Amino acid sequence: MKNTKKPLSLLFIVAFAITIMSFAPSGKVYLTHTGHVWFFSKTTMENIEAHNYQVGANLNSGTGDMAFSILIKSFKFKKALMEDHFNENYLESDKYPKSTFKGKIANIGSVNFDKNGSYKVNVTGDLNMHNVTKSVNIPGIITVTQDSVYEKSNFTVALKDYNIEVPSVVKDKISETIDIHVDVAYSKK
Amino acid sequence: MLMLHIQKNKSIFRTLFLKYYLILIALAFPLTGFAQTDSLLNSLDSDVAIKTEYVTAAFKSTRVINAQSTENLTEGVLDFRIMHRFGPVNQGFYNFWGLDQANTRFQFDYGVKDWLQVGIGRSSVPKSYGGYVKWKFVRQSIGKVNMPISILYHAFMNVDALQYPDPVRNNDLTSRLSFVNQLIIGRKFSENFSLELIPTFIHDNLVELRTDKNDKYAMGVGFRQKISKRVSINFEYFYLYPTFTIQDAFKNALALGVDIETGGHVFQLHLTNTLTMTENNFITDHSESWLNGGIHLGFNISRVFTLYRK
Repeated sequence: MKNTKKPLSLLFIVAFAITIMSFAPSGKVYLTHTGHVWFFSKTTMENIEAHNYQVGANLNSGTGDMAFSILIKSFKFKKALMEDHFNENYLESDKYPKSTFKGKIANIGSVNFDKNGSYKVNVTGDLNMHNVTKSVNIPGIITVTQDSVYEKSNFTVALKDYNIEVPSVVKDKISETIDIHVDVAYSKK
Repeated sequence: MLMLHIQKNKSIFRTLFLKYYLILIALAFPLTGFAQTDSLLNSLDSDVAIKTEYVTAAFKSTRVINAQSTENLTEGVLDFRIMHRFGPVNQGFYNFWGLDQANTRFQFDYGVKDWLQVGIGRSSVPKSYGGYVKWKFVRQSIGKVNMPISILYHAFMNVDALQYPDPVRNNDLTSRLSFVNQLIIGRKFSENFSLELIPTFIHDNLVELRTDKNDKYAMGVGFRQKISKRVSINFEYFYLYPTFTIQDAFKNALALGVDIETGGHVFQLHLTNTLTMTENNFITDHSESWLNGGIHLGFNISRVFTLYRK
């Protein structure tokens, strides 16, 4: 009985290891902590714009998996009071300090990280903001150069999707949909 | 018989292993998928060095009601305030419950640095001018530096510009001056609740009676409790250490208010037992009592202008 069990369990372990390894990433993981994300709110009364240059992002070139981590308090506005209100009243950054995104480039196969050029990609994933997680589908462009990989994207989000309420007195000044721009550069080294 | 038994066992094990193997693969499938992005996300967070994060917006405005709060204007921000106190409500119909009378103060505050605020203002009752410096030298923070409280120093000088009651007397300008020194020790306990203590030293160059003291000591307390994102209830009280020859008539300053914030404006509506608005006056001058209706309706309107952004 013992004789028959051993080779079988060994076979099983080896087979399992091979299975796991086949799922393991084969590509390189690019990482940065200085990504740039900014947003616009355009209304006839007021344009609001804020920039965050401390965005953490990474990308696995093999699987197309990507993640973003954004500290809400790192968004800088032209007016200090807007920044206070953004943190205190709208995004409630004391309660929900971070916004995250984890997703996957659906057509990662079409991107050649060894060949310079621009590649259109489609990213699907979960965007978490203000304690609400939504599935999103975001188009983007990956540009590969000799030394770097760039990710660029812009998309819109609706404030009401993320339970961000705008009081009626400032309804004219804050747009219901916000344009979000992403600009991340990874070093290839 | 024995052989058969082993054979049977063997096949059982085989099927068992096959079963577990399939289950394990099935389990590993989603696991690897999730572990991938989750570990990507986690690696992002673990790499970030812990920073010092300063606590902001302990109060909605730079004033609790009359008293200075722990908030300073950001560098490059100008705050224009119109401050108004009506007469006491116990004056009845003839004075329209105090609304006929009013004390108005125009106040300009400016953020020189994030930690340094200056301001000048003018009150109609008593006709006075004043300027102050507010220096935030300890900032409440979490993260790398964990500081439980904010401490500010507030120095105010007031010039009383009423006509001299006795022009024949040798009147010096110095007799018009008052000096206020305060420490503001505050903490934002939670998102909604902030409290501050204000040990105060006031020096009036001229007092009414020879036996009154020029140096006055007071202790103030102020807090705000938010009741919604844009509305808070504020309270402040100053206890003045007895300084007057006739102390009976004196009442300590007590004020209750509501802050309403609308974009670039903050409206502060309040009820106080004081008509004046500067520390040298409202902490030391009053004999009106909440109990007999010596209550003044008042408001501050604050509008900020961003002159530049650092």
